[in-house]
Amino acid sequence: MALCAVSALALAWLVFTRLTEGTGWLGFLLSAFAAFLVLLYIVTADRLGRLAATDRVMTVLVVTGAVILLVPLVLLNVYIFQKGLKALRLGFFLDDQRGITPVMASSAGGGAHAVVGTIQQVGLALLFSLPLGLGAAIFLNESRSRWRRPVRVFVDAMSGLPSVLAGLFVFAVLILPYASSIKIFSFNGLMASLALALIMLPTITRTVEVVLRLVPDGLREAGLALGSTRVRTTWSVVLPTARTGITTAVVLGVARAVGETAPLLFTAFGYDLMNANPTDGAQESLPLFVYRNIRKPDAAAVERGFAGALVLMLIVIGLFALARFIGRDRSKARTRKATRRPVRDATPVPEDAA
Amino acid sequence: MTDADSPIASAPVAPAPVAPAPVASAPVASYIPGSATANGANGANGAAEHRAPVTLTGGPPPGAATLRSVDLCAWFGDRLVLEDVNLLMPAGQVTALIGPSGCGKSTFIRMLNRMHELVPSASLAGEVLLDGADIYGAGVRAQEIRMRIGMVFQKPNPFPAMTIRENVLAGLKLARIKCSDKDTLVEQSLARAGLWREVKDRLHSPGGALSGGQQQRLCIARSLAVHPNVLLMDEPCSALDPTSTARIEETIGELRDDVTIVIVTHNMQQAHRVSDLCAFFLAAENQPGRVVEFGPTEKIFTEPDDPRTLQYVQGRFG
Repeated sequence: MALCAVSALALAWLVFTRLTEGTGWLGFLLSAFAAFLVLLYIVTADRLGRLAATDRVMTVLVVTGAVILLVPLVLLNVYIFQKGLKALRLGFFLDDQRGITPVMASSAGGGAHAVVGTIQQVGLALLFSLPLGLGAAIFLNESRSRWRRPVRVFVDAMSGLPSVLAGLFVFAVLILPYASSIKIFSFNGLMASLALALIMLPTITRTVEVVLRLVPDGLREAGLALGSTRVRTTWSVVLPTARTGITTAVVLGVARAVGETAPLLFTAFGYDLMNANPTDGAQESLPLFVYRNIRKPDAAAVERGFAGALVLMLIVIGLFALARFIGRDRSKARTRKATRRPVRDATPVPEDAA
Repeated sequence: MTDADSPIASAPVAPAPVAPAPVASAPVASYIPGSATANGANGANGAAEHRAPVTLTGGPPPGAATLRSVDLCAWFGDRLVLEDVNLLMPAGQVTALIGPSGCGKSTFIRMLNRMHELVPSASLAGEVLLDGADIYGAGVRAQEIRMRIGMVFQKPNPFPAMTIRENVLAGLKLARIKCSDKDTLVEQSLARAGLWREVKDRLHSPGGALSGGQQQRLCIARSLAVHPNVLLMDEPCSALDPTSTARIEETIGELRDDVTIVIVTHNMQQAHRVSDLCAFFLAAENQPGRVVEFGPTEKIFTEPDDPRTLQYVQGRFG
């Protein structure tokens, strides 16, 4: 196969650059790849038959597709790491931007205020959206209401909501009319968490609904047959059974919201100093920190922005890893028990009692 | 008592490879009636019953109850699936429902504790009398009825999020029944289901970790923990191996004094072995199911009145 590749490269070089005088690396690579496929097919067909040749060619095509897909992903991650690591010091998690001037190095100051803001806003958003999302999912899956269809359509539509609209909605409905009269409806972390809750709600609802659908009907029947009401069955049987799935839904919802910038633009607004009170005054958050710093003209600020992006990316990757871990944990534990079971079963057969 | 203690004491000592050997050598049929397992299980029950019975507050009234269906019909949508079923299931007896698939046995047994109405398109007519009172009467709560008439399903369905102990006590939690001595109740219920000695050392491991037969007996224990008056069993052994089936039949035999049992089964030998009364259901093509014959099990299996019953119990069709 390696020989095939080498000869394909040689052939492509011969045909592409010498005979037809083509230019550009993309065209060269494409024609080399095509030549490689043809050569691979011919060589394999000659030695192993056409079926094996087709199989090889298809394998190469599929693997190539996967590699092409992976390249931008890996490049993106490497790029953020390279750029971000420069300004990422321990101080990033301890300091805010107090007293930072454009002439200072990128490692001075930090994004602690952004980390605190993100935690508070996403935490509050979770507080709002989890009960609502759980309630909606239970309504969709456990009730027999005629309104389930419209609600489901609505939730589906909401999950496609452009995130900037969520921020705009909070801005237009709460902040704009009431900011001058009621203090809590001004730019602050609470408003941001409301906008984020709008983003998280459909994600949580849909994930929990899928998880609830996976709970076998036999368990619901068993609960009802014991003399339980539907509500109690849902609370004591269905929800505990779906516990890990619901945790996964929460993690996915958080991961969805934590990276959102647009809803925060006209709600949290962004702020350079530490503000640990989400109900009063503008607040920073990690995505906003990235957005605001990368737009600044000085190189140090841009580097700080990349450090924020790196932290944010690590948080999101960590959350998804956590979701995978929680989702997988249970089945592993079960198989371990299953392998232990036969030994225990054998002991209590009391044939010797006679 | 000494009989009861010996297997309990010897069970943990006996090494795992020794115990299954007699099962393999002894035919299953002789395993059922008078074998050591039966004695051992009886002994264990005796031990549990020597204690004062656990009192439940808010649970069903004590004792077995008579169940009677009067002109019971069932529909799914517009389709009549069961017509004019009149059966008397006396207190403290085992009634078996037999018949080919699709003849309405399961529908009938689900109507007896109001599980039928959970299917969205289902409807019914007629009466089901529990000790003379219609369970479909006005103002009767389905939860109350299902608490008094327990049910065991075809597929073992212990609650996977609960431990063995929590599974047994699930009925109390779900139906809001109070109990002063939960430990004794767990032991008694598991002993009545013939599972106590197998699980007494791991009451806090998850119910899903048991084998299929043990899970089914756990479900029986869960139903028994609320002290129901009637226990419905919808093909409880169809997903189980012969040994587990034998254990469950044994359990049925021990329970018949305390609780009225109605069992649906496709296994005619099983119906013959466990039941006092037997009802044969049959549905002709595109016709609703009916009870062809109902009577003492011996009569149904030896000299039934209807030729179709004879053909069915002799295995000539169905």
